[in-house]
Amino acid sequence: MRSADAYAAARGQGRAALVGYLPAGFPSYGGCIEALRALADNGVDVVEIGLPYSDPVLDGPTIQAAAERSLRHGTRITDVLRTVEATAAMDVAVVVMTYWNPVLAYGVERFAADLDAAGGSGLITPDLIPDEAGEWLAVSENLDLERIFLVAPSSTPARIAATTAACRGWVYAASTMGVTGAREATSSVAPALVERTRASTELPIGVGLGVSNGSQAAEVASYADGVIVGSALVRCLLDADSEAAGAAAAGALTADLARGVRTRAVVSP
Amino acid sequence: MTEIAATTEPGDERFGPYGGRYVPEALIAALDQLTEVYADARRDPQFQAELDRLLRDYAGRPSLLYQASRFSEAVGARVLLKREDLNHTGAHKINNVLGQALLTRRMGKPRVIAETGAGQHGVATATAAALFGLECVVYMGEVDTERQALNVARMQLLGADVIPVTSGSRTLKDAMNEAFRDWVTNVEDTHYVIGSVGGPAPFPAMVRDFAAIIGTEARAQCLDLLGRLPDAVMACVGGGSNAMGIFAAFIADEAVRLYGFEAGGDGIDTDRHAATLTGGSPGVLHGARSYVLQDEDGQTRESHSISAGLDYPGVGPEHAWLKDTGRATYAPITDREAMDAFRLLCRTEGIIPAIESAHALAGASGVAKELGPDATLLVNLSGRGDKDMSTAAHWFGLVRGDEAASS
Repeated sequence: MRSADAYAAARGQGRAALVGYLPAGFPSYGGCIEALRALADNGVDVVEIGLPYSDPVLDGPTIQAAAERSLRHGTRITDVLRTVEATAAMDVAVVVMTYWNPVLAYGVERFAADLDAAGGSGLITPDLIPDEAGEWLAVSENLDLERIFLVAPSSTPARIAATTAACRGWVYAASTMGVTGAREATSSVAPALVERTRASTELPIGVGLGVSNGSQAAEVASYADGVIVGSALVRCLLDADSEAAGAAAAGALTADLARGVRTRAVVSP
Repeated sequence: MTEIAATTEPGDERFGPYGGRYVPEALIAALDQLTEVYADARRDPQFQAELDRLLRDYAGRPSLLYQASRFSEAVGARVLLKREDLNHTGAHKINNVLGQALLTRRMGKPRVIAETGAGQHGVATATAAALFGLECVVYMGEVDTERQALNVARMQLLGADVIPVTSGSRTLKDAMNEAFRDWVTNVEDTHYVIGSVGGPAPFPAMVRDFAAIIGTEARAQCLDLLGRLPDAVMACVGGGSNAMGIFAAFIADEAVRLYGFEAGGDGIDTDRHAATLTGGSPGVLHGARSYVLQDEDGQTRESHSISAGLDYPGVGPEHAWLKDTGRATYAPITDREAMDAFRLLCRTEGIIPAIESAHALAGASGVAKELGPDATLLVNLSGRGDKDMSTAAHWFGLVRGDEAASS
């Protein structure tokens, strides 16, 4: 299943899709799979698997800590692809979120082919803008993979238009200026960004950066097509005493978030 | 395929396949603004006049070209030193920082941030921030705050906030990650004063242009002194700004050989070095495609050098292009070779160089052997060694109760 299909299915139910992020290999290879299963069992629509990278400039302390731990265990790109395969078998859509250098090192074409074979839908690329993505644009076109580029509050209308035109599947709206991490309040600039983005694309728009509970998810779901949650899920695993407890906590949070994205359907049928 | 409007001037954002902008979309508007403001400033005679005035009256330019006779005798060729160590703040870094501070004011931003390794760029940025009345935050790897404690105190005295970075290898690379995170968050009121010829466009070309005063002066000084150009020009290369600064004026002079000397650490055959061009491969780090020290998964390798300023696993994209095209030659210098050259300059000329610059001096010995006694070598003495006293004292066993690391 492509993640765009998961978005469409959620839209068919009159609600936003829930997109949950975890870095591969964290807290361990098996622990990550267990946690991803908890996400899938509790209502996540799209799983975003992070490829741990040594220099994650768009990540805050929580995801940095998780990625660092994953790399210390020796997580390799092949492990990330195995994680994709295991997750796709859970009947959820899977995308990989990756900084660009690991893909370049692995080979763009080879990475895309292996991702496709593993059942992945496509890539979210936080430090790759369409201007630099020539090879990826061509390869993803050939393999029918999704290309999820980011738009930001600072993006000009011209850039939003060009970026969304380069996207396939859906668009990632970074709701605040800053790095990943849970925030007390969701951003007030996010609705405006989503509105500006809608003006130039028919694609679904997921909003990320900062959501950590069901009520925030409901708020974002009221104007976006997808609610992306990362750091808050990672936090569940970081804070837990055991992998099983971490997965359980991530599952419980997912259930709360899944209720959140369904709230709009209840209040405005 | 999607059409994206070119956002920078042609030729300024890419060097062959290298350069570009591998950064979050959130930063693109700021990079576009910087590109535009810089292009506008370059056409503005008032901007150039003000920069010239600052470089002369504040930084102390032009820097001297000094014929190092006793050092020349020791290495076996005529060596001319471009004395960037005599600039205000003690290194070449002030040239770039004054230019970027003027641009910061032009953009109306009240806050600057910087990354620093040895602390020279941090000190230069803190200095310019004090001069221009800007708020200043400097990110510095925790390891570097320890080995360059004196520079931390200098930055604090100048009014900057120095934030020790505890992630990753706790050196320059991680300081740069943290500076990028700050910039993504505060880009509206903050300019990131990148200290080298790396990072996303327009930084590599812009920083090169601001550093190019080194080579422009040195070229004219050589012609005055010798009536001809030097046979070779050399500099140390970490990120590579002092090297690009002195190379830029000579790139069109095909007879002039260009040499960049990287930090070979314990040796290029060990995994403890920072010789990115010699031991790395093409990749993306900190916003540009260039050479990177990386493993087969594209994870950045930790670098090592006795010199904090060269201890970086990336390098500016224009150097990658100069290497691939063969216009410049890059070679590693080990910690030991650098420290031997460090001592040699102290003893023969009464000049204490920065350990970074000592890599270029060590390289000069090798080039002297290659080109013979009639050759004239122009060496960029990019900074002074005051900040390195503690490292040098330990290396040479000059600290009471300390085991000599080297005889």
